[in-house]
Amino acid sequence: MAGQLEGKVAFITGAARGQGRSHAITLAKEGADIIAIDIASQIDSVPYPMANPDDLAETVKQVEALDRRIVATVADVRDRSALQAAFDKGVAELGLVQIVSANAGIAPMSQHPTAQEWQDVIDVNLSGVYHTVEVAKQQMIDGGKGGSIILTSSTAGLTGIGGNTPGGLGYTAAKHGVVGLMRAYANYLAQFSIRVNTVHPTGVKTPMVLNDAMQAFIQADPAMGQAMQNALPVDMVEPVDISNAVLWLASDAARYVTGTTLPVDAGFVNKR
Amino acid sequence: MGRLEGKVAFITGAARGQGRSHALRLAQEGADIIAIDICEALSENTYPPATEEDLTETVRQVEALDRRIVATKADVRDFAQVKKAVDDGVAQLGRLDIVSANAGIGGTPHHSEDIPEDEWKNMIDINLSGVWRATKAAIPHLKAGGRGGSIILTSSDAGLFAYENISHYVSAKHGVVGLMRTLALELAPDFIRVNSVHPTTVNTLMVQNEGTYKLFRPDLENPTQDDFAAAATTMNALPIPWVEPIDISNAVLFFASDESRYVTGVPLAVDAGAAIK
Repeated sequence: MAGQLEGKVAFITGAARGQGRSHAITLAKEGADIIAIDIASQIDSVPYPMANPDDLAETVKQVEALDRRIVATVADVRDRSALQAAFDKGVAELGLVQIVSANAGIAPMSQHPTAQEWQDVIDVNLSGVYHTVEVAKQQMIDGGKGGSIILTSSTAGLTGIGGNTPGGLGYTAAKHGVVGLMRAYANYLAQFSIRVNTVHPTGVKTPMVLNDAMQAFIQADPAMGQAMQNALPVDMVEPVDISNAVLWLASDAARYVTGTTLPVDAGFVNKR
Repeated sequence: MGRLEGKVAFITGAARGQGRSHALRLAQEGADIIAIDICEALSENTYPPATEEDLTETVRQVEALDRRIVATKADVRDFAQVKKAVDDGVAQLGRLDIVSANAGIGGTPHHSEDIPEDEWKNMIDINLSGVWRATKAAIPHLKAGGRGGSIILTSSDAGLFAYENISHYVSAKHGVVGLMRTLALELAPDFIRVNSVHPTTVNTLMVQNEGTYKLFRPDLENPTQDDFAAAATTMNALPIPWVEPIDISNAVLFFASDESRYVTGVPLAVDAGAAIK
C-alpha cells in the first residue's frame, strides 16, 4: 500500500532529535523524502544540552533505513541566508517541497534567569518560524501543487503559562505569536491551496523537557507544577503523538483543513 | 490491518450524507457499526428526508466491506429509542469504543425574532439535546469496556461563530461545544476522549437544496447551485465552495484512532479556512 505522503518532500527544522526527528521518521515511513536542518550546537542562554551533529547524523541514518532520501544540513533558524541555502540545497537534490514542519524551538528556562533568554527565545521560537516559512514560501507557490505547513506552537501558545522569567515569558509570547503567524499565512496562502496549521503539544518526552534544569524550574514554582497537569491521566505525551498530528495535517486526509490550532495536549487547554 | 480493527462505532444520522460516509470510512478501517437514523420527514426542513431505504443502503455498503452493522430506525429526540438501539447494538457486536454524534437538521432560516417557537424547540431538541442523548446512551458502555474510547460530536463553523438568520442552528451548534468541553473533562479519568468537528458547508442534501441557496443568496429570486457556490466560496479561505463528506469522515477517523490517543477537548475546524478568513 502506498504511503500517505508518497512522492512528497518535507522540510523539517530542529530535526536532529526529539519531536523533529520523530516527525522526519513518521513522514518518511509514509513515503516522504526529508530536508532536515538543525543548529546542532549550543545557545548560551539555554540551560540544557542542545542537539549536536551526531544527533543529526542519527536522524539521517534512521530515515535512510526506511529507504527514503534525506538531505541534512547544520543551519540556524535565526540565520535566514543559511536557512535558505540549506533549503535550496535540499530542493535541488529532492525536488519540490510540499510539506513544512517548523519545529525548531528552545526553552531557556532555569532558576538562574538571564535577560538574554527573552531575545533568544523570541529569535528562535518566533522569528525562526517566520524565517522557515519565508524560505519555503515562494517555491511552494511557484510549484503550483499546494502544500501543508505545520507550525509547532505549544499549550503555552494558547494559555498564559510560562512563569515569570525572561525565558518563560518569552516562550509564551513566542508561542502565541506563532498562532498569529499561522492565521495570517493561512489566509494569504489559501489562494495557492497551501494550508497552514499549528500543533500545540503539552509536555513531550524529549531532551528539551526531560533535563535537570527544566525539571528544577518546574518544581521550583508550585503554580507551574499545577499548570502542567493534564486532564487525561498521563504526565507527558510521546514525540510520536505530535508526529501523528503533523502527519494528519500534512496528508490529503486534511486537504481542506487550514487555519486551525490543534492541541495534542491530553486535555490540558480544555481543563483551564 | 485497519486503524480501528476490532472496534465498534455508534453513529447517529447514518442513513446518508456525512453519517453514511463516517460509517463507511470507519468500517474500511475495521470497525463494526451501530447505526441509527430517524428516516422520517421533519416539517421545517427544506430538503427531502432520509428514508429507510437510505439506511438500508448504508447497511449494504458497510456489509460489502465485510464489516457487521446493526442499524435501527430511531429518533435522537427520544432517549428510550436511542438507548435501546445502542444497547441492542452492543449486545450483538460485543463492545463500544467510538461515538459519532452526527445527526442534525438544517431547519429553515428566519430572522431571530421570527423563528416559530416549535422550530426553535425542535432545532435544540435534535442538534443539541440529540447529541447529548447519543452520549448519554453510549457512555455507560464505554465506561464498562474499561478500554477508554473516543466521542466525536459534529458541530459546525456555526458552532464557532455567527451566521445571520439561523440563530437556532448557531445556538445549538455552539451548545455542542460546551457539551464537548464538559464531557472531555468528566470522562478524562476513564481515558474517554471527547472532541468536536466543525465543518464548513458540506456537499450533502442538507446543504444542497433551495433553502440553503436562498439563505446564501437573499439577493436572488431563484438562486441556482452555481449562485450558491459563488457565495459559499467567498466564505472559505481555500478556493473551494464546499468540502465533501469524506473530508469530515477523515477528521472523525483521526479522532477515533489511536493516532490521536492524547487529543481531547479540541474543537477541530474542517472548514477550508472559513473560521480565520
